[in-house]
Order: sequence, then structure tokens, then C-alpha cells
Amino acid sequence: MSLISPWRADFPGILALEAEGQTYLDSAATAQKPQAVLDALLGYYAGGAANVHRAQHLPGERATRAFEGARSHIAHWLNAADLTQIVLTRGATEAFNLLAYGLEAEFQPGDEIVISALEHHANLLPWQQLALRRQLKLIVLPLDRSGLIDLEQAARLIGPRTRLLAVSQLSNVLGCWQPLRELIQLAQAQGALCVVDGAQGVVHGRHDMQALGCDFYVFSSHKLYGPDGVGVLYGRPDALQRLQHWQFGGEMVRVADYQAAEFHSAPLGFEAGTPPIAGVIALGASLDYLAGLDAAAVSGHEAALHAKLLAGLAVREGIRLLGAPQVALASFVVDGVHNADLAHLLTEQGIAVRAGHHCAMPLLKSLGLAGAIRVSLGLYNDGEDLQRFFAALDQALELLR
Amino acid sequence: MSLPSAAQEALAAFQQAGSWEQRARLLMQWGERLAPLLDAERSESQRVHGCESQVWLVAEVQDDHWQFRATSDARLIRGLLAVLLTRVNGLNSSELQTVDLADWFAQLGLARQLSPSRSNGLSAVLQRMRELALSRSG
Repeated sequence: MSLISPWRADFPGILALEAEGQTYLDSAATAQKPQAVLDALLGYYAGGAANVHRAQHLPGERATRAFEGARSHIAHWLNAADLTQIVLTRGATEAFNLLAYGLEAEFQPGDEIVISALEHHANLLPWQQLALRRQLKLIVLPLDRSGLIDLEQAARLIGPRTRLLAVSQLSNVLGCWQPLRELIQLAQAQGALCVVDGAQGVVHGRHDMQALGCDFYVFSSHKLYGPDGVGVLYGRPDALQRLQHWQFGGEMVRVADYQAAEFHSAPLGFEAGTPPIAGVIALGASLDYLAGLDAAAVSGHEAALHAKLLAGLAVREGIRLLGAPQVALASFVVDGVHNADLAHLLTEQGIAVRAGHHCAMPLLKSLGLAGAIRVSLGLYNDGEDLQRFFAALDQALELLR
Repeated sequence: MSLPSAAQEALAAFQQAGSWEQRARLLMQWGERLAPLLDAERSESQRVHGCESQVWLVAEVQDDHWQFRATSDARLIRGLLAVLLTRVNGLNSSELQTVDLADWFAQLGLARQLSPSRSNGLSAVLQRMRELALSRSG
């Protein structure tokens, strides 16, 4: 069966790379953008840029309306009850740092923060550093054999001292959906705040925040076919109230004097300085574009591609998958072959996959690996991309073995 | 200054390679020629960081002429190290600061291996060589 993506032609970047002989299979790192996003970026700048939330003039009003329109799109995409629950940051990493600084006053020495063994550095290092600043204990939930957070152990490790749980929805290395609902229940039973890293999960399926019930949800625009430089922090109203301000300046202030100031509440109070206006507007355009697609067709296509990827890896000798990926990506190593060598030869053949530790060094270490190759898929990939990848993989392995 | 004979040999071999497969085979062959490092030399202090693979670099200097030995756990990196060493071994400290390795790799048809986004660590190896040479001469 040939696997054709009906959406491929909407993405100039994937077509340009193909024309250059490059097969792009690294969408978990960053995704190509649809024409609608490029149009929105150009439209904003070419139509007359202006700052938001400041000026009374027409360009300022237009920019503010477009910017707030995008916020409302994002709220709708996540089924947030209100658009004030959407804080716009300069990236997912910044959103995690916002949380780790903004919630610092919630913690007393000896309190516990619980993360999992598979966290991306962005959802590990801010908590690790907070723990060091405040003499907290950082508890790491172990994984089971298939790469899922082990719920039995989690039930033991999430306890009365747990003040916060921060876990990924979908691992960027293992590609499996984590048992979020159960974990959130365990944490909430202890009165702990729940932070979900949705950077990968948000790309594969719509997620209803009110149903999920977490306190905070973080994702980045650039993986969701939007521009880079924009992150999204969703928060429950009561959870947002607990955040202390952390970056100061710009329109986050309500009243300023030389010696003291008062600040806005969320979202504006957490958007210091000029925000990434064009990027936010273009993220709105990306969501618009995605909302116009047949969601079942997209997930069907992604599932078929993923199945083909796994099947192709399974029939080749000596390939070891990391975990049991369910969607979007597969990470693997090859017995007796250094992943740097394999990456080198795939690159030579125009295959753009990721090699290395995937910003999850402790996870790779715990698997006893220095690195792995990761193939990740976007909705624009097709069966031919995978054929080219497998042909290149076979060539590379033949040379190396 | 004329190239050392090993460098001339590398140049002749790589300039004849017409395809990526031939270059890859050559790199693996050249990698086999690296003088081995003792276990003790593959220590943390000799490790060059900034590489996806592990790379170790050992330097010796006599009468201001540098001799490097290096190895890696990845085969193609060993090859890249081998052709790098052919160009730098025997240079003095000031020559080591100025040698144009981008040009050297370009002549070998391996220009992209030195680009900053590559995590193969060749740039880090070169950086370490220059730091060593600077610290001796200073």
C-alpha cells in the first residue's frame, strides 16, 4: 500500500527539502510549517507591525486583536474554559522555567517534586535547580519495560510530601502515551500540583484540558507546525493564582513607582516585555489550518506511517527499539554499530533523522546507551519518505557491517 | 610549506573518491591506521567533550613540534581523526594556530564534517589542539 499524504503540498518546507534531496524525518525536533503559517507571518509584517496592549492607534489595535484572537484559538484548541488561562511564553522551556520560579514560594525544605525517568531536559532541569535552591527532594518515577511510568511504583513514591508532579504526556524518545489520568489522580490525592509536558503529545491528537484535569499544560508552537519562539502555558484559574511574578518589565505591570509596583494577574502579568507577536499570530494560523483538516484522516495516516516504520525496523536484523512506541516516532540502536557512524552515513544519503541523546541524557544513560537514532513523523511524511529511509539504512548497515 | 607525505597520500586517496560510499570506505580504512592509545590514555582528562561519540586526544611536543594521537569509539570519527592528524602532526605551535583545517577538509571532499552544527566533535578536537599549543607557548 502506498501511503500518500494529502497535506504534503501544503508545506513548502517539506517540498523544498525534497527538491534538495533531503528526506525530513525529524519533526519531533521541529516541524515544517504550512503555507498558512508563512502567510500569517508575512501578512503581519507586510501589513504593518505594531506592538500589542499598548497603543490606541489603528495598527496597534489590529495587532492586539490578532494576538488576542490567537490566544482565543489556543484556548479553544485545548478546550480551556477561558482565554485568560493561556499564558504565551517564548518557548516551552521558558514556560517550565516560569513555573519553577513562579511556584518557588509553594515549597518548604524537605518537600518533594516528582518527575519521571523519561523527562526531556526542559521538564527536568528547572525542577532539579528549584530543588537545589530550596533543599527539596527530586523524586524520579521509574519506567516499566515498555517505557511507561510504572504506576505501582508511582503510587508508592507519590506521597504526603509531594507538592508537585511534572510528567510528559508522550515521550520524545520512547513515543508512548503515559498514564496521565492515573498519575494526576495519585498526585491530586496528595494535594500536589500537576504539570504536564505536552510538547510531543499536543502534536498527535486534540487534548481536552478540562477532561485531563491537570493544573498546568505546556507545549511549544514550533512542534505543532507553528513558528519557533512561542510557547504556551495553560493553567487552571486557581493554579495560575498561585504563581508569583517572575519576569518584570513591559505591560505586565499595573502600577509602577520608583520603589514599588503592582502587577497584572495571568495571563498578562506573566508576559513581560514585547511578546513574540508575529509568532503567536502565526501559531493561531497553524491551529486554524489544523482545525480545517479531517482529524481522523490525519491520525489514520500517522498511524499507518508509524506501523510501516515499526514493521520496517522489525524485519531488519540487529535493530533494537527503545521502549514500545505507539505513535509518531521510533528510536533505535543497531547491535554492533555506533549510532554516530549510522547517523553519519544516513546524513550522507540525505536522510534527516536525529542521533544522540535527544535532550534526555539521564534516560539514555539509564537504558545503558550513549545515544540512539530517532525517526519522527509529521502529517506531511509519506510512504516514499520511509522507503528512502530504509534504502539508506540498508546501504549504511551494509557498509558498516 | 609542503604537505607531509601522509597528508599527500590522504589527499590523493580522497580526491579520487567519487561517491559518498567510497569516501566512507576510505574513512574506515584510514581509521584503522590510527596508532592505538593505551588504556590509561583513554582517560577522562584526555577526553574531548562536545562529541556525540567518545574521542580521546593525546598530545606530545618535542622541540616545539607537536605529535598527536587520537581515537574514538565510532569508526567514521576515527577516520576523520586520522586525516586530521596527517595534516597537523609535526606542526609547531604557531603553525597549529593558523593551519586552515576547513580548507584541508574541503580539499578532501569532507567539508561538511567541520560545520558547526555537526556534533562529531572535530571542531572540539581542533579547539583542544590549539588550546594545548597556546598553553605551551605562553
